[in-house]
Amino acid sequence: MAQQQKKTVFEPWEDPSEKPIIRFKNVTKRFGDFTAIDNLTLDIYRREFFALLGPSGCGKTTLMRMLAGFETPTSGSILLDDKDIAAVPPNKREVNMMFQSYALFPHLTVYDNIAFGLRRSSMPKADIPGRVEQMLRLTQLTQFAKRKPHQISGGQRQRVALARSLAKAPKLLLLDEPLGALDKKLRNETQFELMDIQEKTGTTFVIVTHDQEEAMTVASRVAVMDQGRIVQVATPDRIYETPNSVYVADFIGDVNLITGKAYPGTGEQVEIHWGEAQAPIRANTSKSLAAGAEVKFAIRPEKIGIASEPPQDAANVVQGKVLDIAYLGNISTYHVELPSGDVLKAQATNSRRISRRNITWDDTVWLFWTDTAGIVLTE
Amino acid sequence: MNGGRFSWFNATSLTLGFAFLYLPMLILVIYSFNESRLVTVWAGFSTKWYGELLQNDAFLDAAWVTLKVGFWSSTLATVLGTMAAYVVVRSGRFTGRSLFSGMVYAPLVMPEVITGLALLLFFIAIGLDRGVLTIVLAHTTFAMCYVSVVVSSRLVTFDRSLEEAALDLGSTPFDAFRSVTLPIIAPAVISGWLLAFTLSLDDLVIASFTSGPSSTTLPIKIFSSVRLGVSPEINALSTIMIGIVTVGVITASIVSRRRLVRQRDDEQRALHQE
Repeated sequence: MAQQQKKTVFEPWEDPSEKPIIRFKNVTKRFGDFTAIDNLTLDIYRREFFALLGPSGCGKTTLMRMLAGFETPTSGSILLDDKDIAAVPPNKREVNMMFQSYALFPHLTVYDNIAFGLRRSSMPKADIPGRVEQMLRLTQLTQFAKRKPHQISGGQRQRVALARSLAKAPKLLLLDEPLGALDKKLRNETQFELMDIQEKTGTTFVIVTHDQEEAMTVASRVAVMDQGRIVQVATPDRIYETPNSVYVADFIGDVNLITGKAYPGTGEQVEIHWGEAQAPIRANTSKSLAAGAEVKFAIRPEKIGIASEPPQDAANVVQGKVLDIAYLGNISTYHVELPSGDVLKAQATNSRRISRRNITWDDTVWLFWTDTAGIVLTE
Repeated sequence: MNGGRFSWFNATSLTLGFAFLYLPMLILVIYSFNESRLVTVWAGFSTKWYGELLQNDAFLDAAWVTLKVGFWSSTLATVLGTMAAYVVVRSGRFTGRSLFSGMVYAPLVMPEVITGLALLLFFIAIGLDRGVLTIVLAHTTFAMCYVSVVVSSRLVTFDRSLEEAALDLGSTPFDAFRSVTLPIIAPAVISGWLLAFTLSLDDLVIASFTSGPSSTTLPIKIFSSVRLGVSPEINALSTIMIGIVTVGVITASIVSRRRLVRQRDDEQRALHQE
């Protein structure tokens, strides 16, 4: 049963017979002394919704602009469908881009904006109106066709930009912070619209964002970038559950990091000695570690339970004092100070009204987690 | 602006300022309707000098030459000036960039006498007979840098991603300029053209260096006739020119104001839909 389900899951990167649509091979890009992209190798597959995630200045926008053709790599090659595209100018590439500012042509109507690319393609003139109307329907803009960009709302402009960049049915669509200009509620709705449209059109999407929540929501795979390098490429759940480094663990979501020394036990078991007078943390890891190796133990706040009584049969239990409570409505985050001075964050769902009211500031509480709840990081 | 109270100081400054600007022109307009041939003696209202003006072939010819020169030189200056502005703003860093942009703007501060003299010597050197063509070339030279200043100040604030979007959608660089950049910067290009046209209409110094016997422009004609004594005909001519300029300026400001208001309304409406 589990086997059969697995076949319908979209994971071309796991399939050795699948050919990537985009291949970055040892790409480096320098601007003067500044290295924006540092010897980067990456494959992106057909129909993927691929997210480039990182803080500003990490090189994600440069990477995208190289795909669009506005920048050329200093060294290395970029292959689109096995063809090196370094020498191909932007107007000859089967790649379209949705700009962060939308870059809608202010002097043209919504209709003419969408038709702009088609009129410069090999499409017969007679077919253009049909295609434009199809795009207008897809993005629910039919009634705004005759308006100018300044006569429509921000959300509608975003959809015009999307329709315009999809009209030529590119092999690859690049989205540069596509939802950055929208307010939070509209952004959430639009994320699902984007996924829906991506699925309907079957286009490969590459999205650049600094918003980790957005990347996690829309993407099939996420590449976390830092200083021109890719730190980790994986599906959103892998990135979240098994980050390969402290950088990724810290960048995606909230995390508790505990520094200690690892002492491997039998099998995958490992004990992490930390702080004075603290019981060692029991955890599992597939890494082979030398005894006494310096490691960081990373655990997400929601994987830590909180109780006002000492819990039974938990693999790890620590005692502490509630320092702070952040009430977010659906969940509460407790900042708990341990005797060692470390502060751990634990999260609890407020599944019942006024539940957890029994825990309050300065209370003595017990935090507990299983031996598989956290991960051991060496870098 | 808001809550400003009436003060004698402000009122006096305003009156004096406007008087300083417009009183000479007002006197000129009033005397253009003077019955008398003597410019400084009022002898009753008449429009006869306007009638006489239309009979004066020398003035009409000069006016025609001026318009021709103005049209062609401002058109040429707009094309060249826009190109220069585009290069200076867009080409990014290259060796000698600041030298180049400095040289584009240098004629702005060059004394006109020197520009005129230099052009005269140049035309003699290459053996070009002075006439309408040489005035057009001379005016193009000095108006070009004004156009390029106006256009480049617009290009600096132009969102470059619009051009990139056009390229991305399959435009060649020239097509992107023609179908995206140019329509958007058109107001600046048009005002550059108008500025060049005005400068050309206005110019006396450079035109007198580069004009030939058959190509007298209106300012040269007016200047040389005034030396023989101011005639009421010149007052009439000047009044017509003031009228044309006034109508032009008012129309332009009404049009641009209407557009601004409409755009703001549209944006408000779009915002409320959301």
